[in-house]
Parts: sequence; C-alpha cells; structure tokens
Amino acid sequence: MELKPQQTTSIDPGNVIDKAEKGTSPTRIAINRFMKNKLAVISVIMLIVIILLVVFAPLITDQNPTKSNLSLVERPPSADHPLGNDGSGRDNLARLLYGGRISLIVGFSAMIFTLVIGVLLGSIAGYYGGKIDAIIMRATDLMLMLPFLVLVLTIVAVLEKVNVVIFVSIIALTSWPNLTRIIRGTFLTLREQEFIIGAKAIGVSDMRIILKHFIPNAIGPIVVNATLMMATYIILESALSFLGFGIPQPTPTWGNMISEAQSIRILRNSPEAWVPPGLAILLTVLCINFIGDGLRDAFDPKSNRR
Amino acid sequence: MSVVERELEKKTDQDYILEAKNIKKYFPIKGGVLKRTLGHVKAVDDVSLSVIRGETLGVVGESGSGKSTLGRVILRLMEPTEGQILFENEDITSFSNRQLRPYRRDMQIVFQDPFASLNPKMNVQELIEEPLLVQTSLKKSERRDKAIALLEKVGLRPDARLKYPHEFSGGQRQRISIARALALNPKFVVCDEPVSALDVSIQAQVLNLMADLQDEFNLTYLFIAHDLSVVKHISDRVAVMYLGRIAEIAPKKNLYETPLHPYTEALLSAVPSTDVVNKREKIILKGDLPSPSNPPSGCAFRTRCPKAHERCSIDRPDLIHVGEGHYVACHLYDKQN
Repeated sequence: MELKPQQTTSIDPGNVIDKAEKGTSPTRIAINRFMKNKLAVISVIMLIVIILLVVFAPLITDQNPTKSNLSLVERPPSADHPLGNDGSGRDNLARLLYGGRISLIVGFSAMIFTLVIGVLLGSIAGYYGGKIDAIIMRATDLMLMLPFLVLVLTIVAVLEKVNVVIFVSIIALTSWPNLTRIIRGTFLTLREQEFIIGAKAIGVSDMRIILKHFIPNAIGPIVVNATLMMATYIILESALSFLGFGIPQPTPTWGNMISEAQSIRILRNSPEAWVPPGLAILLTVLCINFIGDGLRDAFDPKSNRR
Repeated sequence: MSVVERELEKKTDQDYILEAKNIKKYFPIKGGVLKRTLGHVKAVDDVSLSVIRGETLGVVGESGSGKSTLGRVILRLMEPTEGQILFENEDITSFSNRQLRPYRRDMQIVFQDPFASLNPKMNVQELIEEPLLVQTSLKKSERRDKAIALLEKVGLRPDARLKYPHEFSGGQRQRISIARALALNPKFVVCDEPVSALDVSIQAQVLNLMADLQDEFNLTYLFIAHDLSVVKHISDRVAVMYLGRIAEIAPKKNLYETPLHPYTEALLSAVPSTDVVNKREKIILKGDLPSPSNPPSGCAFRTRCPKAHERCSIDRPDLIHVGEGHYVACHLYDKQN
C-alpha cells in the first residue's frame, strides 16, 4: 500500500523538483488577455497617474486645502493659485488634489467594505442554501425595496455629524444586496459542479471548500463587480456632497468642490472652480469602468466580444 | 433447499466491504405558488446490493436509470430518502459530515466528466495534495513526494505537476482524477462512468490503468457505466438497473452468456457483435424509458417488455436467486408461479 517514487524510473525526486514545468494558471491567462485590451491598459495607466498626483499632492502645491483666506474669496486664477480660490478663499488646486484623496479613499474603502459583506453573505447563502439562504435573500429583497438615495439621505440626516468612516459605512451597509445576489448566483452554479462534490467526497471542510474552491472560481464576477462598484461610489459621493449630505466642509472632496457651482455666479464666471473636479470625476470613473469592462472580457472571453 | 443453504453459506463467508439496503432516493418535484411538493422523481427506488471486497461490481443502465444517483448516495454525497448503508459492517447512514470524515479516506469517487471534476484554479500538485492536506498530517515535502509518486503510478510525467487542468487532455485529466482519488489509499472507489467522456482508444488505456491499480492497491470498484462492453471488460459481477431498480445482478459470465431478464437480453442483443455465426437476434424495445416520477405499477419494465403478462402489472417482482449468485427481478423465473 505504501507509495514510494518508483525505482524503475530513473528520475531522482530531487531532480524532478527542479525540472517541473510551470503551467499558466487561468488567472494568469486572464491577466494576459487583459493586457491585450488597449483601452483597459490605458485606463490603468491613467488611473495610476491620477492616484500618483493625489498621493503626492504636497509636492505639487504648498497650499493648505482647508485654510480660508477671506481676502482671496472667489479670486480668478493667479500664479500662486492656478485654479483660483473658492467661496471661502481656499485654494482650488490644493482642494482638487487633496479632495481626490478623499474621493478615491471613499470609493475604494466603500468597495472593500461592500465586498466583505457581499462575499460573506452571498457565499453563506449560496453554499448552505435552504433556510439560511431564504433569510439572507429576503433581507436583500428588503434592502433593494427601499429607495436607496432616500435611505442614505435619511441616515445622514439622522446622524447629523458625518465623517469619512461613517460615510463609507453608510454606503456599504446600504448597497451590499446587489453584490450578495451576484455572489450567491455564482455559488449556486458552482455548487453542482463535480469538483465541488469531489471535494466533499475527500472530506474537505466547508470553510476550505468556500475559500479554496468557490471563491477562486468566482473571482471573475467578484473583481468585475467590485471595480464597477467603486466607480458608482465615487459618483455617489459627489452626488451626495452636491446635495449637501456628503462629507461636510471644509474637508475637500470632488463632490464638495462641485457643490460650489450651485451658485449661478460661480457656474457662469468661474469655470476654473468646478470644471477640473468635474473632469477629474469623469476621468476617474471612465477609467475604472473601462478597467471593469476589460476585466470582464478577460475573465469571461465568451461574453460580448464587440 | 440447496439454494437456500448455499445462500446462507455465502452470507457468512462473504466479506462485504459495502452493503446498501433498500436504498431509496426520491427528489421532490416542487411547484405552484406555495412550492408544494407535487410528486417525486424516484431516482433510486428500493435498491439493495452488496459489494464484495476486492471485486469490481459493474452497474449498467440507460441514462435516467438512477445509477449515478445510487453511486452518490452510497458515498453519502447525497442523503438517501430511505435505506441503510453499511461500510465495513458499520452503519454510516446517519453519520454527520464530521463523523464521516475518517471514512472518506476509505471511499472515493472518480467522476464522469474530466473537464468538470477538477478545480480549474488549482494546479495538479495542489489537486493531488488536497486529500493528503485535509486528511493526513504529512509535511509539505512528504505530500509533494507522494504526489510525484502518484503521478508516476497513473502514467503522467511528474514534471507536469505545476500545470493546470486546462493544459491536459481528457484522458490525462481522468488520470489526474484517479491519482487524486487514490491519494489516501482508499479501499473502495465508486467510478461514475469514468471513461464515458473519453475517446475509445483512450478508454482502453484508462480501463487498463484502473485494472492495474486495482491489483496493486487491493481496490474494490463500483463501476458505473452505460456501456455493456466497458463493463464486461472490467467487472466481476454486473448489476443491470432499470428505472431506479435492479433488474438483474449476476457474475459477469452468467450475465453475458445467459441473461435472464428480458431487459438484459434486449441490452445484450444491441451490443454490436463480430460473431456472425452465433449472432443474437436483435430485440428492439418499443417506447421510451417511462418517467421516474410516475413509474408503471408492478414491474417497471412491463410497458416495454416483450414477455409481459398479467401479473407484471400487479406485483412488483423481487430479486429471485436462480443459482450461482445470479439474481433476477422477473416473474418469469418465480418458481411459485
């Protein structure tokens, strides 16, 4: 019964280890396919540039984005303030760069938070099925039934004081149902696959089956949806800030900057105050969406090839 | 009387690795607004069979006859609706997954579709190591050595072990599946149509490999197939299933030379033969397999049986022992009749 490397074959195990050829994993293949998508790769580069600009903001401008200077209120662009100053005399360029930090952090961390909730609930529902599944699915139905924006506005209004952490939590706690459904659906299709039944036949624990067999095979939909979600959240942040329900002033965010344009005077006379943050949002969201589409095509080449 | 005596003798000295008693597996059909149960698909309907240690028991039947379901129920990968499963004389029917875990070392399964039975995101080494990882406390290097040894055993190059399943052909993947199933030195392996998805030339290779491994590791196979010639090649005994029931079970020689059940006769007559002189007359069955949710009364085969008579629609035939371990579920052979 003992299995030993066969003596008849002249391969010495030590030798074999060095010789083993590396295969290309399905994930590697997907990445290679992604790299062939020009639009997506350009988007990745653009996004990296945006992130670098935002991260190294102090090197680009020495202005403080939150410091008001009443003598500079609504000043047009000048050498010291290339994008002029806002209604409280704060430097627009500094606000654009530092605001990008907040907007991207909000989008990214809200995405991660939603991902954690969605993957957790979705995998439990999809794996165990039955009553647990029914309970989780009814909860998602309930959440989806509530008008999203009104719900968020109500929570923000009730809480009064909102900071980045609370804001991210609110987004994540109200938008997990979509992802949960997607993950559950993916799990349901995987559940009847023979390799999952095979893993059970070996005696693999539920936890390991979920982590090692389900999630790696659901990584495509998870990554694609996470990317697209991040874009949505960046827009959501601006929309809520525009309505005055976002992260409160003086913290700079792109949404807060655009909300300045609520005043007709600024909208008409100072495009330098609101066009750059608008473009920044547009560009970031566009890049992220292109990356998301690229990832979708890379992970599932059978999907719409245009 | 002699038959009964021989029967008793057999019961005592026969070493059964697995006994399935009165296994039923019904799948509820749900429908309507309130998801009421409207009926049941009787995938396996009262099947009893025993597998002798060291043998290969072939199970044949057309698709929908419940043979794969039976294989999965026996391994407790599906819960039986009714019945009892004894593995090495231990009743494992009501064991929880946790309790079953040590038994999983001894019983394994090889699936039909080599493209669906291997996790595409794991490389060969991870695939073969996984059973060792979850069931034993072997160190990493020991697991790797064993994976290499197993790959050699199933005729694959060990230096391919860092490749992924998609880089292999169907036959090679099936070899990987076999290596994975054998990693824990099981005693009993359910082979669920392991060669049906392969080319004929590769089928023979894989079958020979399985036969060799059986000798080497003292394996017992429950070999499920829909192909009589494949089963003939590898089995010691053969069970014929029809609509969730066993129609006939006999040692291979008896079954192929003197089939008793009209269904077995029809199946065997359909096997293409090169023997022109003793060519069997082809029996063409009329109609299709009846719906397993609403099987015919009495004998399930009576709707298509050329020899059906009145009693067939009233009584469900039990397996009758007709000698030499040959059992048949048909009223034609009931001596009390």
